[in-house]
Amino acid sequence: MKRIAGMLLVVLAVAGVLWADNALSITGAGATFPYPMYSKWFDEYHKQNANLSINYQSIGSGGGIKQVTEGTVDFGASDGPMNDEQLKAYADKHGSGILHFPTVMGAVVPFYNIPGVTAELNFTPEALAGIYLGKITKWNDPAIAGTNKGISLPANDIVVVHRAEGSGTTFCWTDYLSKVSEEWKTKVGKGGSVNWPVGLGGKGSEGVTGTVKNTPNSIGYVELTYAESNKIPYGNVKNASGVFVKASLGAVSAAAAGAAKDMPDDFRVSITNAPGKASYPISTFTWLLIPEKFTDVAKRDAIKGFVKWALKDGQGYAESLSYAKLPNEVVAKELKAIDKIQ
Amino acid sequence: MSFRLHWRKFLSAFMLTMTGVCALISVSVLFFILGYLVYHGGTSISWNFFTKLPAPVGETGGGMANAIVGSGKLLLLATLFGVPIGFFGAIYLAEFSGGTTAFVVRYAADLLNGVPSIVIGIFAYSLAVLPFKHFSTLAGGFALGLMMIPITLRSTEEFLRSVPKALREAAMALGASKWKTITSVIVPAAYRGILTAILLAFARVAGETAPLLFTAFGNRFWSNGWNQPTASLPAMIYTYAIAPYDDWHRQAWAAGLVLLGLILIINIVARAILSRGIAVPRA
Amino acid sequence: MATTTTTVPSASPVAGSRSFLSRLREGDEIARMITFLFAASVVLVTLLLVFELWQGSVLARHKFGFSFFRTSVWDPIFDQFGALPFIYGTLVTAGVSLVIAVPLGIGAAIFLAELAPARLSDALEFFIDLLAAVPSVIYGLLGVFIVVPLMRDYLQPALKNTLGFLPLFQGPAYGIGFLTAGIVLAIMVIPYIISVSREVLLSVPRDQREAALSLGSTRWEATWKVVVPFARGGIMGSIFLALARALGETMAVTMVIGNNPIVSASLFSPGYSIAAVIANELTEATSDLHYQSLIELGLVLFILTFVLNGLARLLIVATSQRGAGMGNA
Repeated sequence: MKRIAGMLLVVLAVAGVLWADNALSITGAGATFPYPMYSKWFDEYHKQNANLSINYQSIGSGGGIKQVTEGTVDFGASDGPMNDEQLKAYADKHGSGILHFPTVMGAVVPFYNIPGVTAELNFTPEALAGIYLGKITKWNDPAIAGTNKGISLPANDIVVVHRAEGSGTTFCWTDYLSKVSEEWKTKVGKGGSVNWPVGLGGKGSEGVTGTVKNTPNSIGYVELTYAESNKIPYGNVKNASGVFVKASLGAVSAAAAGAAKDMPDDFRVSITNAPGKASYPISTFTWLLIPEKFTDVAKRDAIKGFVKWALKDGQGYAESLSYAKLPNEVVAKELKAIDKIQ
Repeated sequence: MSFRLHWRKFLSAFMLTMTGVCALISVSVLFFILGYLVYHGGTSISWNFFTKLPAPVGETGGGMANAIVGSGKLLLLATLFGVPIGFFGAIYLAEFSGGTTAFVVRYAADLLNGVPSIVIGIFAYSLAVLPFKHFSTLAGGFALGLMMIPITLRSTEEFLRSVPKALREAAMALGASKWKTITSVIVPAAYRGILTAILLAFARVAGETAPLLFTAFGNRFWSNGWNQPTASLPAMIYTYAIAPYDDWHRQAWAAGLVLLGLILIINIVARAILSRGIAVPRA
Repeated sequence: MATTTTTVPSASPVAGSRSFLSRLREGDEIARMITFLFAASVVLVTLLLVFELWQGSVLARHKFGFSFFRTSVWDPIFDQFGALPFIYGTLVTAGVSLVIAVPLGIGAAIFLAELAPARLSDALEFFIDLLAAVPSVIYGLLGVFIVVPLMRDYLQPALKNTLGFLPLFQGPAYGIGFLTAGIVLAIMVIPYIISVSREVLLSVPRDQREAALSLGSTRWEATWKVVVPFARGGIMGSIFLALARALGETMAVTMVIGNNPIVSASLFSPGYSIAAVIANELTEATSDLHYQSLIELGLVLFILTFVLNGLARLLIVATSQRGAGMGNA
């Protein structure tokens, strides 16, 4: 009996080692927000290039930055651009730089659960900041009621819900609040995880949605993709031009179009509170983080090929998954930047 | 005197009924959980689930074949690494060691047991991933193995100790050396408990996600050999459960059910194969 | 006493009374050394882990010192980190879970070991062991879908109405919070207590039970006053396993605890635990100080486990009767 078990183990071990094939395998890690999009892309690309498998795992934007800096993955992905400190850390470690490539865009929407209220509420930046700072505590506060005439809001306490874990969604949300509220900027700041003045933390978008759904008089924020696939009604937000805009792919693209003109060469830009009448103010790019220098030529060419594909054919898959396509100017600029990868 | 007797009898009946209530509560919760899993996951289980690779959002017909195989490989490595250390360490504690060493080792095992799984993951990451600059199945097995050690060690030790002194002394009286006593008498006598301990540890790590995030990492495709990142059932459950798509949610429940089913099968098979040896008769 | 191969070696139960060579020849010494190595490796791994935690948190330790334990602020943007709410939450949730799981678990183990017919007992045990294999994510989801609404709609209002004068049961009832997390943890750790306790109880020699009964004790008295104390070592061991799991559980806790770093006397309040915050923020932590503060939290949990284990052992030593216990905890 024991001998049979022993032989079986040896066979398994050997099989495990020998069962290799010649396909090229590339690993990437990072943001969870674009994961559905990326998983679609990598799958499609694999269908078209059977010898190449790109394995992407969504361990979080911070995780992506960390792992690509450590060199354990071939590329990273993040919902927030790397800051100068992180860029320097990468350069110090590898002796060369890392490039940002925006892939798609998304938006973050405010949603709520107020007994008796089914209408779409209009939120001003001041209202959102005030609520999340804990200063506006009741739903019938003039800051909210003022822009929602005709809707009777109860005098109930607002229960604030935010994301518990660090996430790109929070980064986008707090980036927006930092731009529209000086108090938020100095008191809380922008980042994947912040010190929330008030509120309950839900785990994942699922947690936030669940908490809001089950807690009367609550408000939360979630990605547009999530709200759309789960048919969650959400509110409108006033943009920099004074128009109350409901988040939609068109409105997100409008926000990006404004930024496209002044796009910096390294593509690290925030498009929250973007100018333009049709722009949705809480929009964001999401980026692939690709090293400038590759030692493995096969990997380099494979990644370059993929990025080209993603910027052209890949964009066609975005809308069906509720992500907004990149503006054409940005795509053109990126296609040129691909040549920077050595 | 009679009152006291009646009271004692009443107390006895009452307390024993209470233990029945405790058992009923515990077991009901369990069956409820199983039922819930079956209800939510049962509909998503199909032949595809066991044979196909994961499909991207919106496409039906995807499965978790690579995650099932990946979990199998990881658990095999974990068992090969963690069980011998726990088992032989327990033998040392129960049979050979003096008070102080035993105390220290036991304490260390309890400490190790209390470390959050994500910290074990970080630890395994710094030992098995960073130096090699890539994620691998081996690193994942190492992390899970670490988690198996304390449960195996502590429980095995308890069961070894519970073997009556009479058996030991009888073996000695017949001239057996210490080691022979251990292998031929004590371990077989305690095998039931030891097997329980190992299966408990196995079940525990089978459902762990956090240690795998930084070691086995994950893989949408097949993982070759032992040196590549690999998908695993708990990691897939985690990714799918917190995603926005209903289809993925159902797959997550299905994966949970499959995981449970696999543990069940392994439990049955293990108890069947290893059911030899003398068991101490039930009291 | 020297032995030769022609005489039967004296097999004395006390190791060391035979010569080294004879022990070696019989494999005992080798066995002792090899098993010692395995046992020692456990200690080694644990020490290495502590070392890694220590090294990995150097920035945070230097910056905050002991104030890390007293401060309540956790601000990743302005780099202020204090561990107090997390320590509090970890202790409270683990405490609540044990208060629920230990009586239930030991009770159920006694039933399964003493009263239930053998086949029923084995069958039920089989399924209870399966509970240990349910991934923590699933426990989290079950917590969110089932326990939280039950808490919010039934249990919390009921507790408020009956025991609301206690600060423990005050405040708004969100459904999530310390109490809910404690309940979910209790469900997760009960299999360990039942499983191990039952096996140990089963292994208590029959004559102990029979001796007690023959002296006129009731069934319960025989069980509670003779059998259970005999098995106390193993039962305590199972409680240690349960405690350890409760302290380190991440996924399920973070889904039902509310993830709000506050210290509150009320069990209805949302809170946070060490394992939960590490799981939530570690992968996204971008600043070195943030990352290392999280590692320091891991170190703190380690110290917490150390202290709790020590206290529990002292408790056992203080309350153990001579000759009643078998095995060490």
